[in-house]
Amino acid sequence: MLGQNGAGKSTLIKTLSGAHQPDSGEIRWQGESVTIANPVAALELGIATMYQELDVVDGLSIAENIYLGHEMSRAGVINRRQANAATRQLMERLGHGDLSPNREVGTLSPANKQIVSMARALSHDIKLMIMDEPSAVLDSEEVDNLFRIVKELTSQGIAVIYISHRLEEIERIGDRITVLKDGTSPASNLKVSQTPTRELIALMTGREIEQVFPPRVPVASDAPEVLEVENLELKGKFTDVNFSVRAGEIVGLAGLVGSGRSEILETIAGARKATSGTVRVAGEELPAGSVEKAVAAGMGLSPEERKSQGLLLEEPIFRNATLSTFARFAKGAVLDEAAERRATAEQIQSLHLRPAEPGRVTRTLSGGNQQKVMLARWLIHGTKVLLLDEPTRGVDVGARVEIYGLIRELAAQGTAILVVSSEIDEVIGLSDRIIVVSDGRVLDERPADQIDEHGVLDLVMKGSAA
Amino acid sequence: MSEQSITSKTSRPLGGAVGRSIGLIIALVVLVIVGWATAGSNFMNLDNMLVILRFSSVIGVVAIGMTFVITAGGIDLSVGSVLGLSSVVASYGAIQTAASGFWPLMVFAALATGIIAGLTNGLIIAYGKVVAFMATLAMLVAARGAAELLSQRQTQVVNNQGFLKFFRSDFLGISWVIWIFAIVAVIGWFVLNRTTFGRRTVAIGGNATAARLAGVNVKRHTMYLYMVTGATAGIAATMLLSRTTAGTSTHGQLYELDAIAAVVVGGTLLIGGRGTIGGTVLGVLLFSTLTNVFTQNNLSTSVQLVAKGIIIVVAVMLQQRFANREEVAKAPPGGSPA
Repeated sequence: MLGQNGAGKSTLIKTLSGAHQPDSGEIRWQGESVTIANPVAALELGIATMYQELDVVDGLSIAENIYLGHEMSRAGVINRRQANAATRQLMERLGHGDLSPNREVGTLSPANKQIVSMARALSHDIKLMIMDEPSAVLDSEEVDNLFRIVKELTSQGIAVIYISHRLEEIERIGDRITVLKDGTSPASNLKVSQTPTRELIALMTGREIEQVFPPRVPVASDAPEVLEVENLELKGKFTDVNFSVRAGEIVGLAGLVGSGRSEILETIAGARKATSGTVRVAGEELPAGSVEKAVAAGMGLSPEERKSQGLLLEEPIFRNATLSTFARFAKGAVLDEAAERRATAEQIQSLHLRPAEPGRVTRTLSGGNQQKVMLARWLIHGTKVLLLDEPTRGVDVGARVEIYGLIRELAAQGTAILVVSSEIDEVIGLSDRIIVVSDGRVLDERPADQIDEHGVLDLVMKGSAA
Repeated sequence: MSEQSITSKTSRPLGGAVGRSIGLIIALVVLVIVGWATAGSNFMNLDNMLVILRFSSVIGVVAIGMTFVITAGGIDLSVGSVLGLSSVVASYGAIQTAASGFWPLMVFAALATGIIAGLTNGLIIAYGKVVAFMATLAMLVAARGAAELLSQRQTQVVNNQGFLKFFRSDFLGISWVIWIFAIVAVIGWFVLNRTTFGRRTVAIGGNATAARLAGVNVKRHTMYLYMVTGATAGIAATMLLSRTTAGTSTHGQLYELDAIAAVVVGGTLLIGGRGTIGGTVLGVLLFSTLTNVFTQNNLSTSVQLVAKGIIIVVAVMLQQRFANREEVAKAPPGGSPA
């Protein structure tokens, strides 16, 4: 199943696994119409789901995790030997017989946690396995193992719904494709072998790529380099990062999960303390590891996890919009909330934030509008360097286009912008210049119109091979 | 009228606070009626009301400081011990002698002791990265020990007449002790609701990461917050010193629990992000009125303690229901089977 973020993939599988109830329509299971009341009912039918956020308990062993909720026990006493033996079998079936059933799950890599999660599904007698973007946390070797397992499952007669937004994966392991877009399926049951990639992209996006992203504006070659990064290093995460961003320029950091792209952004913002190297904003060197000083120097970070890292969800819009500037509005130490509201109302207007009420509780806003609150914060602040981590995560497709436009507009007003996104096409489409990172190193740097998603992936593959 | 109702939907700083405290106000009114009905004019007279207020004042001041820390998502278990230590320092022989010409020196000594203890807590929590619960638990033990060392477990009688005279005097017929509580509460309300300090406090409690990434110096502010609780413990120590006319290392035992109970019953969220000074004042008044009503009816303190326990549980359950409702609204429903 293919679809962009926000296409409705996760909601659909939650309906199939009993976590959500459909408003209308029918689910037929082995020829019969069924109602899946809850996740346990789904399991009893033989439907297991592997969610993106792995639901393993770190403090328990592999065997305890696998049999959590259906322990092999007699009179409440767990039969460890039996459970361990069964666990060993399951893990061998998944190609990981090397992992002891007694190993604590918290010590495993994300890939191996995923194996445990899969083993747990297989410990039930299942006929259908739903996998929600399982490759998101894996490197290429682990993806190969995952695909081998998927093929083995299907050869054992288990059906698999594999959800992804990576076309090349579906082409490798899919038999048939269903495309989801904006909560509907414009095409289903397409034969993989007979469907050209271009057609799939068109179905997923519903429009030509060119229309999604605002046109690039050439950056004047004499525009000042507002952000300068020199020999930046964070031990264990990335090393030797050098680049600069001019006023009015959008630069994208492209790379896979674990490449260090988010860490680079967070280190520049001072949220992590660089081991060595310098960051300068408009010529002024920032002390390492101080967000406060970075913000004071004119830098703003819109973090990856908007809700948990960016917003005070219970507070009204205006207090979020002025979270970096309330002291500036204040007279001495006394807040001037009227002025904060006025400034927020202005930004609400220019950002088309809905509903246009500065006093509205932020939790009640949609993802796109919450992102606009983050933009409003840095607009009020007058940010010279804006760092955007996943600017459209959890934002529906329509609002995305709007946010792309706003980002471009900000650049046109002279802001230097650095973007990170897990969607490589988004980084490329939005940026003027692309910096490709892999394994904590900068591999390449070139104008965004001279590279595409395949080019980035090629570089990353070559880079990690070298 | 209609316009007012529109704006009240989106923002109602005062209306909302009163609305959230309505249960407490009702409880307090009920308690007063019960007191009146059972103890008659022994309860319902101005003098007794002032007794209740005086009785509330020491814990009240501590609870105002505690409101800040809890609003920011922290906790300070050491306030009772720090209060005891401050009372011992302020009534220490040498200090009293030095203060013989200028009694406020005793107040400064108590305040300084509280602030230094709070600073120590704050440094350990903010920069030493020890969780507040453990850091202040350690201070609870250590400050009590320090108080015992300094006083050699002796009661230090206050004989500074200027000090005693001031605290025993009235202003407009109301004891200075009550005035101090009122002043601390008003300042506390203003600082929490109307200043940058208060905004930072609420922001850190609501989402410390978001506050940090927005440029708020979370560590420094956290340190300040524990200095606030330390300072209020120091102020409360002088008030208690004047009432008991003696400083001892046993002053303030279990005050941390009374203060936390009053704050939480008042409606400040224990997880942080929302705090109400008015609620804290009501919470303190509720407990001291309860004690007064029980005492007037010659019920044992044991019965009072049980009643207090019940009130705390019911109040927290009500809060929990409130929090759960929000939880349901925000969390995507459903667990995950596989």
